[in-house]
Amino acid sequence: MQLLNYIFKKYRFFIFFIFLESVAAFLIIQNYNFHREKFVSSANFITGGFYEKVTNLKDYFSLKQENEALANENKMLREKIEYYKNAIDTNFVTSNNFPQFQYKTARVIKNSYSDSHNFLTINSGLNDSVNTEMAVVSSLGIIGITEKVSSRYARVQSILNLNTKINAKLKNSNHFGTLTWNGKNYNKVQLLDVPRQAVVNIGDTIITGGMSTVFPEGILIGKVTSVNQKTTTSSVLEIELFNDMSNLNHVYVISNKHKKEIEKLEENE
Amino acid sequence: MNNFSFIIKLLFILLLQVLICNQINFLGYINPYIYVSFVFLFPLIKNRFTLLLSAFIYGLSIDFFSDTGGIHAFSLVFVSYIRLFFLKIILRNPNIDFLNFNLWKEPSDKIFSYVLTLTVIHHFLMFSLANFSLTNILNTLSNTVYSSIFTILIYFLGVFLFQKKAPL
Repeated sequence: MQLLNYIFKKYRFFIFFIFLESVAAFLIIQNYNFHREKFVSSANFITGGFYEKVTNLKDYFSLKQENEALANENKMLREKIEYYKNAIDTNFVTSNNFPQFQYKTARVIKNSYSDSHNFLTINSGLNDSVNTEMAVVSSLGIIGITEKVSSRYARVQSILNLNTKINAKLKNSNHFGTLTWNGKNYNKVQLLDVPRQAVVNIGDTIITGGMSTVFPEGILIGKVTSVNQKTTTSSVLEIELFNDMSNLNHVYVISNKHKKEIEKLEENE
Repeated sequence: MNNFSFIIKLLFILLLQVLICNQINFLGYINPYIYVSFVFLFPLIKNRFTLLLSAFIYGLSIDFFSDTGGIHAFSLVFVSYIRLFFLKIILRNPNIDFLNFNLWKEPSDKIFSYVLTLTVIHHFLMFSLANFSLTNILNTLSNTVYSSIFTILIYFLGVFLFQKKAPL
């Protein structure tokens, strides 16, 4: 007992040191795990509020570019409406065929793209019925998936995160692959496991596939810049993103109304 | 009063880190991590519990802002624990007078090597934890080198500008 007491007295700082380090290590591991409840994140009242105030101020400097981007998007949507006008007029919309995917607007209040595990914070949360595992996109393409939500803010796991895997496909041929990021360039992501028989040309557009319950089919991702042709069964495509991930402001959160139904069906298999 | 101004100083550095330094991204990815100056600012005291606990809380608050789990807390606690050991080695003096110690009264080359050693250890630990795999080890090393240079530059600049009695 005396010995134990002596050891404890002599090494008490070391024991405390080890204790603090193990708490930190626990938090780090928890942070890299997508499906765990997280304690440390910027989607809380204090840090979220801080970032929102700073973003409000910073927004004034980019008002012009933002307006231009929104005007361009409006123009594109107007052209689409013209195209579908006849179809809308003849089809009566009933409550049964409400769209499966619903869009909500949000703003990025904290962005990061230089780490290997990047997260964004957006200024809508449970109060705006934003939940975990919802898609976040901008008018130019995908951004990420929400993974932690507080009442007013949500944390988004960016596509620029070594743990993110998204189902994607070629726009013109329906060949599927897995979209990942290798942590090097924030403008480039990689499409893995594309079957070798798929004909891929440089400049082809990559869009999301409809295989996940998170992303609707056909959201833009980027264009192919190089094809790694090796003698394996699948090839790796280098993709340049349409989105400038270092400059994000207005985004859309997409919720899938049929998600629970699909997941329930898949669980029974 | 002294304690109060010390806490204000730490809060100022925290906000400087998360609101400005984390957004610089020089050449795409190089950021200074000046919050490491916590280790040099914290007074030398016998009770190391206070030092370790404050380092943990300070690192964790950086983590909250930058969504990094606990990597800043981990590396800051680590350098806080080993700083006395390195101070004794670099000053070649095993019996440091804790009460009257002032880092800026020491020779400048010793100050520099003390700051350099702890900064590099801190940055290396932090970037290894941030990458969390051995595949990007070259990336980790280059990040460590560039960011350390940036941090040390900013740290000494800050010291020369804000210290009342100019050292050296």
